[in-house]
Amino acid sequence: MTPVATPFFFYLLSGLALLGGVLVITRKNAVHSALALILTLLALAGLYLMLYAPFVAGVQIILYAGGIMVLFLFVIMLVSIEKSQREEQFNKQWIGGVVGAVGLGALFVRVFVRSKALHDLAGMPLAQLPEQSNTQEIAVYLYGNYMLAFEIASLLLLVAIIGAVVMAKKRI
Amino acid sequence: MLDYVTSYLRSNTTPGQAGNLLWAFIYIILIFLGLSVAVIAMNWLERKILAHMQVRLGPMRVGPHGLLQPIADAIKLLIKEDIMPAEADKSVFWIAPVLIVITAFTTFIVVPFGPTHAVTDMNIGVLFMLGVSSLSVLGVVMAGWASNSHYPLIGALRSSAQMVSYEIAMGLAVVAAVLMTSLHGIGLYGVAHGAVGDGTLSMIDIVKAQQDQHAWFIFKFFPLGLIAFFIFAVAMIAETNRAPFDLPEAESELTAGFHTEYSGFRWSLFFLAEYSAMIAVSAIAVTLWLGGWLRPFPTWLTGETWDLVFSLFPAATFLLLALIAIVGTLRMPKHPYFRVQTLGLAGFAAVLALIGILLLLPPVRDRIQDIYWFSLKVAGFMYLYIWYRGTFPRYRFDQLMRVG
Repeated sequence: MTPVATPFFFYLLSGLALLGGVLVITRKNAVHSALALILTLLALAGLYLMLYAPFVAGVQIILYAGGIMVLFLFVIMLVSIEKSQREEQFNKQWIGGVVGAVGLGALFVRVFVRSKALHDLAGMPLAQLPEQSNTQEIAVYLYGNYMLAFEIASLLLLVAIIGAVVMAKKRI
Repeated sequence: MLDYVTSYLRSNTTPGQAGNLLWAFIYIILIFLGLSVAVIAMNWLERKILAHMQVRLGPMRVGPHGLLQPIADAIKLLIKEDIMPAEADKSVFWIAPVLIVITAFTTFIVVPFGPTHAVTDMNIGVLFMLGVSSLSVLGVVMAGWASNSHYPLIGALRSSAQMVSYEIAMGLAVVAAVLMTSLHGIGLYGVAHGAVGDGTLSMIDIVKAQQDQHAWFIFKFFPLGLIAFFIFAVAMIAETNRAPFDLPEAESELTAGFHTEYSGFRWSLFFLAEYSAMIAVSAIAVTLWLGGWLRPFPTWLTGETWDLVFSLFPAATFLLLALIAIVGTLRMPKHPYFRVQTLGLAGFAAVLALIGILLLLPPVRDRIQDIYWFSLKVAGFMYLYIWYRGTFPRYRFDQLMRVG
């Protein structure tokens, strides 16, 4: 099987993700922003596929692009566009934002360089990932090694769901 | 070069797994053509069958028995003026039908028409199909919003609420079938003891699991498999926005739902996407519960004779269709005015008979068999769709959501 993880696809998908991200914050129309966010999410799903994690990619598409973003659009569609068009898009705090972004970027670069120095990647053989049994591996990890964390997370989500239902329904 | 072309034919996998781009491309083209023909045929069949259910004749004017009606419709749609509302959001209006068609066709790359007849076999096959088909909701929402008009917006809202809520029922029903793949037991109630089974999400492996367990999953743990199948069958109609769950397109309330403002070629894209989505979910249902490409009774009626009998089915089907067309030709009015139509129908009968005879040849017969059984099962589902539309009254929207 020929590897699909070529640099070309990596740069294409990353470029798409970045383009989507930039469009999300620059579009005036909220619906366009949401659509750009979907582009980013789909590009991320492609990146997961390149990392030989097809299950995560599938879940990313179903949950984020197919589920959550539909609900996003659902709400945004009903908001009056004319009002949001006239509002000022950026407020005056952009200097602080830029400083924060540059700081975070510098941190990422630092971590990348440092980890490269710590672990000599060039000398290490690439890990052979079990692509065929990816889904089974995830199941083993979730319900075996990290059972407690998984259950705590699901309990947290359950509480959130109950809270949402209680707040939305006037009469249960 | 020639070696590259022929090397795949000897291998026993799908082109995607063999890494053979050329054959993958050929399969994609074939599936695309087959789907388009199927959609055209569905267009004609739906009108004819609905008409006969309501004791009407249906399309009769264009070609013998209205056989050329879908082609005439297609030409009409292509040369119709393409109207874009002035108030519409141009780019979103443009992307929506394209997105819907892409998602509807992309699902077909994992549909297993046979053990080797699929573009590729992913180990997340079912998940991929559900995920990509759930993206079509986005197209619907975008179309409804971009039209910037009331009826489409309400149609899109209804449609997305309905699709998102029925997706949960659909997913749970699918989980039932995927769990069954991990059992490895033989027979209707068979569970392998001791061995820890590995389940699978790959479409081809799901059918192979049914083969190994000697039971279609619809009959496994009777009636539990049947219940899961029933839930899936209801959810899939709601997913594809078909009657009796066609609230998003309820003519009496919303004119045409989310694609009210679309016309011409763009509208025909929605039409194409709707029918190929119907075929796609039917394909999932067939793969998960009805044994995919397996012929009826693959373990009871074994042996040379039964293999031969079942392999003659595709040819017999086409010869039967040819016979019907010949009878139709003979029953055409003898007036000179109908001469062209009579000749056309005779030609159609000849083509069908030729395909039938071609399918009799042993090498073709063996290769085409699994595709035939898969298509036959899917065709059964398509007939059910038409049947539902002809017989069930439309639900009210709150009733529909409560059912979900």
